[in-house]
Amino acid sequence: MSKYSVEANELNKTFGRRLIFHGINFRYDDSGVFGISGPNGSGKSTLVKIIAGLISPTKGRIIHKNSDDEIIPEKLHNHIGFVSPYLVLYEEFTAWENLNIFSTIRDISFDKDYAKDLLNRFLLYNRKDDFIKTYSSGMKQRMKFIFALIHHPELLIFDEPTSNLDEEGKNSVYEIIEDKSKESIIIIASNDKADLNLCTEILDLKTFK
Amino acid sequence: MIAKAIALFKKDYHSELRTRYAINSLAMFIIVAISVILFAVGQEKLSEGLAGGLFWVVIFFTAMSGLARAFVSEEERGTSLTLQLIAAPSTVFSGKLLFNIILVFCMNTVIALLYAALFESFVIKNFSLFVFAFVIGNIGLAVSSTIIAAIIAKAGAKGTLYPVLSFPILLPLILTSVQLTLFALDGTSIEDAKFELAIVVSYDVVMLTVSYMLFDFIWKD
Repeated sequence: MSKYSVEANELNKTFGRRLIFHGINFRYDDSGVFGISGPNGSGKSTLVKIIAGLISPTKGRIIHKNSDDEIIPEKLHNHIGFVSPYLVLYEEFTAWENLNIFSTIRDISFDKDYAKDLLNRFLLYNRKDDFIKTYSSGMKQRMKFIFALIHHPELLIFDEPTSNLDEEGKNSVYEIIEDKSKESIIIIASNDKADLNLCTEILDLKTFK
Repeated sequence: MIAKAIALFKKDYHSELRTRYAINSLAMFIIVAISVILFAVGQEKLSEGLAGGLFWVVIFFTAMSGLARAFVSEEERGTSLTLQLIAAPSTVFSGKLLFNIILVFCMNTVIALLYAALFESFVIKNFSLFVFAFVIGNIGLAVSSTIIAAIIAKAGAKGTLYPVLSFPILLPLILTSVQLTLFALDGTSIEDAKFELAIVVSYDVVMLTVSYMLFDFIWKD
């Protein structure tokens, strides 16, 4: 189990004059699956981007800690695995090349055995040497999970994790969530009941308008 | 950070070899621009001043056509988010800057060689001054173009915004570099060109410092 924690203090977000949400507080420690739900436009994707440090809140703070030491924004990307419908991998490279490139840019050694294991779990091993541009949307979605997991992050953020996936793909995702929830914090932003059933705690954004 | 920036540069280099995003437009622009100048000049002999000025005009507009690709291609393909998730902002800027510096050097070396081969009046009398001015001028051009590319990549009208933003930022660099090229063509010593060289070096240092300070804000939404 990791000694990782993520804490939100009075998060507010506005785009221009439009209030997305206000007064969000939570703290997730060590491990577990936590959900974020809410109708379309309620700010689920915005909130997960704020948690991942990709955008800043209008007010409030997100604090990431590893073993009680606060993680500086420059290093945050090494602790987070992120899956989102907006995420696009490099289509001019193969799946294997993408994973190798990500490890090199992160300056971590490329764990080939773990990469093979993940490719097998997401049923992509036989297509690992094909360019991402030749993948179907479901295969691209599965590849995003491998991208999110390859560097062993302590915090996994899944925005609409099962969109574009068939039953087989959904099962692979649920197995991974169950498996990783023992050692990592997993945050799922979704409206899908099956996705939210995995969560022990759900933050409903309707109540933060 | 250097190892990560080099890894990002390698990613861009291999991506460029496969997609030819920037190389094709740069090569086409160089060929077209120099051909137009050759046709326009005809049998006339260009003065040294005009040759030096036109040399930097071609460099400026070629840079406009290709250097923005470093960030625009990531934004257009939707891979900016991926890049944000694998690297710190300073690594991203360093990697992209390295790519643009190498691209600018390759591009401007080709332009200089074509000029030397095609224009009689483009005879460099002080080669060391030319090389010194060429190196610091190219670094300044690459730094400015990279940070401007990062700014306009987030905007809507990228094509229009890039030259509009670039012109005032690059003007002091281009004017001083034109002057230094003229000095190299008429054989002025490095000692006599010290003031202009100091301006370009200062420009490079200021742009590099400002770029690293601002990039974090530009890179995040």
